[in-house]
Amino acid sequence: MKKALFLMLTAAIGLSACGEYSQVASYKPGNYQGKSDTRPWEGGQFAGNKQAWEAALTNRAQAQNEYKRAN
Amino acid sequence: MARMKFLCDAERCIECNGCVTACKNEHDLPWGVNRRRVVTINDGVPGEKSISVSCMHCSDAPCMAVCPTDCFYKTEEGVVLHNKDACIGCGYCFFACPFGAPQFPNGPAAFGARGKMDKCTFCAGGPEENGSKAENEKYGRNRISEGKLPACAEMCATKALLAGDASVVSDIYRDRVLRRGKAGDAAWGWATAYGKPEQAQERTREQKREGQK
Repeated sequence: MKKALFLMLTAAIGLSACGEYSQVASYKPGNYQGKSDTRPWEGGQFAGNKQAWEAALTNRAQAQNEYKRAN
Repeated sequence: MARMKFLCDAERCIECNGCVTACKNEHDLPWGVNRRRVVTINDGVPGEKSISVSCMHCSDAPCMAVCPTDCFYKTEEGVVLHNKDACIGCGYCFFACPFGAPQFPNGPAAFGARGKMDKCTFCAGGPEENGSKAENEKYGRNRISEGKLPACAEMCATKALLAGDASVVSDIYRDRVLRRGKAGDAAWGWATAYGKPEQAQERTREQKREGQK
């Protein structure tokens, strides 16, 4: 009788640990944790002068408009 | 500086593959890797259209969302770049990309034998010192840090492919459309690449804020 009671209690305690848990993955957007990149105007010919870099790029972009180049 | 974008005008592209060659030469790309390709629809049929395709540096880039090692990042200019040191060559980005931009050179990587992913960098290099040898070997030449635009667009003979700041590129295209009197197939791929806001999370946050009011 004692043995049966002991077994029942052990089974009850043991099985109670098998609770169901959520199996749906919770998506967390990842963040880049690799090497940091230097910004284009840092170092090299522009040496941190962002305005000069922007001006150079805008100039270059405008050259794609052949209507402006022709006149 | 707003955002860097590519615009391919299908009315002008003559399938010369000058952009493909310029890119391959500029970055010394290995055999089998083409960061840019020209796709022709209805080839040989009158009215065929060609489009130059590469990474469009999407506003809400799907490759960034699926990468298991989070090796992608976006620069202040909106250029989507990746860290090859962290890439395991799983190929998820290839399946996610609507433009088929990620390329795999075959070679050693932590996962399979595809090698580390290679894609268009908008000629902006990667996470190495600007213009360094390491950057050149891994990602190709960094023309943006030299104040130049991507080689493909600058090489384009008919100026079908435009690159640069979104506002400048749009102005050039608008001017062109007004002069020729038709938009044609319009800015191909723009709705897919730039139709979504910069970050979907921000939009959700805004919606939540509006919901709280």
